[in-house]
Amino acid sequence: MSVKQISIFLENKPGKMCEMTEVLAQNKINMRALSLAETDGFGIVRIIVDDVYEATTVLKDASYINKLTSVVIVEIPDVPGGLNQVLKVFAGAKINLDYMYALATETGEHAYMVFRVNDHKAAEAALEKAGIRVIAQEEISTL
Amino acid sequence: MGQYFQPEIECASREEIVAIQNKKLIEQVKHVWENVPYYRKKMEKKGVTPDDIKSIEDLHKLPFLSKKDLRDAYPYGLMGVPKSECVRIHSTSGTTGKRVVAFYTQGDIDLWEECCARAIVAAGGSKDDVCQVSYGFGLFTGGAGLNGGSHKVGCLTVPISSGNTERQIMFIQDLQATIICCTPSYAAYLGESMREMGLGPDDIPLKAGIFGAEAWSEEMRRDIEKTLGIKAYDIYGLTELSGPGVSFECSEQTGMHINEDHFIAEIIDPDTEEVLEDGQWGELVFTAIDKKAFPMMRYRTRDICRLSREACSCGRTHVKMEKPRGRSDDMLIIRGVNVFPSQIETVLLENGYQANYQIIVDRVNNTDTLDVHVEMTPEMFTDNVTDITKAQNELVAGLKSMLGLKAKVTLVAPKSITRSEGKAVRVIDNRKI
Repeated sequence: MSVKQISIFLENKPGKMCEMTEVLAQNKINMRALSLAETDGFGIVRIIVDDVYEATTVLKDASYINKLTSVVIVEIPDVPGGLNQVLKVFAGAKINLDYMYALATETGEHAYMVFRVNDHKAAEAALEKAGIRVIAQEEISTL
Repeated sequence: MGQYFQPEIECASREEIVAIQNKKLIEQVKHVWENVPYYRKKMEKKGVTPDDIKSIEDLHKLPFLSKKDLRDAYPYGLMGVPKSECVRIHSTSGTTGKRVVAFYTQGDIDLWEECCARAIVAAGGSKDDVCQVSYGFGLFTGGAGLNGGSHKVGCLTVPISSGNTERQIMFIQDLQATIICCTPSYAAYLGESMREMGLGPDDIPLKAGIFGAEAWSEEMRRDIEKTLGIKAYDIYGLTELSGPGVSFECSEQTGMHINEDHFIAEIIDPDTEEVLEDGQWGELVFTAIDKKAFPMMRYRTRDICRLSREACSCGRTHVKMEKPRGRSDDMLIIRGVNVFPSQIETVLLENGYQANYQIIVDRVNNTDTLDVHVEMTPEMFTDNVTDITKAQNELVAGLKSMLGLKAKVTLVAPKSITRSEGKAVRVIDNRKI
């Protein structure tokens, strides 16, 4: 059920993010979620897109180094305590979070969170047991 | 033609070589005394006349020439024959000051091309080979030298020059090129481009490469040999002495045979100028004993090197020089420590990075800073910041142990470091001293 996230190497300099999004824009690639991990000298941009193959191809052609990483996208009720419920499931199953970020949606009913965890299978099993919906790759374009 | 281009010279006995050198040196000293007033003055100042030079044992009596002399005598001051006897010039890139302009008679070009031909044959070349010369042509000596050498061997020569990488690869494949001559950084770049095009070493017919004109490490050699599926041979030379081919590697790959019938090598202590014994590290000094138009006498190369006279399994008897530790022109003095770009390259390759780097030196609050920019590679990239930072810190530690000083490592985007397709720009020194 895991979803492929694209991680991209960028220099930590003015204009570098813009150059990268320009490539995506020109190729009409829509980003559904984005997060940036930065250090002193470089950054890793993580994005979720509808068409992973197309996005990695155009990035590679533009000489961007990128890698695919598996992440779990979880549907969360958009109410106070919604995220907390999910995190309790992870905590209970002793699953460690590397990082997390939010996904943009049009409906107000649900929020969607992207999680990078240390153990995917265990995370998905725990979520399923708790009745929490996990999003598949094909579903991303419908959110 | 077998393993040697000129076996009678390349495998001559020590006595024969010394006899040739004695004869040529005596003639050459007379030639410069009579025809190069600039050098004659230097000799007079030192109290030496041609009569004092009776054999190579007397070489040490002659005054040195240095890069400074070349600048002072620019452009015609060191010319040894009338302009009407010269047929060509070549010139250095002039990165460390004024350009060096060297002159050639037809005889000088012939002997230079023969030296290059020896290098090609030592790398396994014969008239059955297709030799692609991907060094730059023009003022730079690389293209002209190997092109001429390839003709002399009788190879089918492809004078493609540098640049247009896809065409290079297409010619290698279509014309079935078996030998390539270029700078090592361009060879690495070709390998990189091949990989991007989905081509491996088995997709090209190359068997050998002759690479020179810049410093490169053993690690880089292994890397190029693997990606191109060839045996990589080193070649050494400098414009002042004609160009590539002053010395070249044989199949043993343990040093470069100096063409001693044309060039006498000495190793000196760069500070005391005293001649050192074979085997000791010091500055390499060359005397060109039969080049007429630009006769360099005891020319100080600034290259730090050592010589070996151990018998070579290839059968050649000419003295071998080790790969220079670095040209002292390339040598940086950072916080009082001597740093050669080749040392940095070694650490990068040992740590899994490629040799795509740039060294940026600056001075902040009276302290030198060393920043090494390294291109990120798909192999080294992960989604995990901690892993990348860890590899970066290991690189810093590796540099510290190699150089004895702390460097900053900056990871930069692939292909962001300028590649002039001839010589790579490895060092940017922003210090205002």
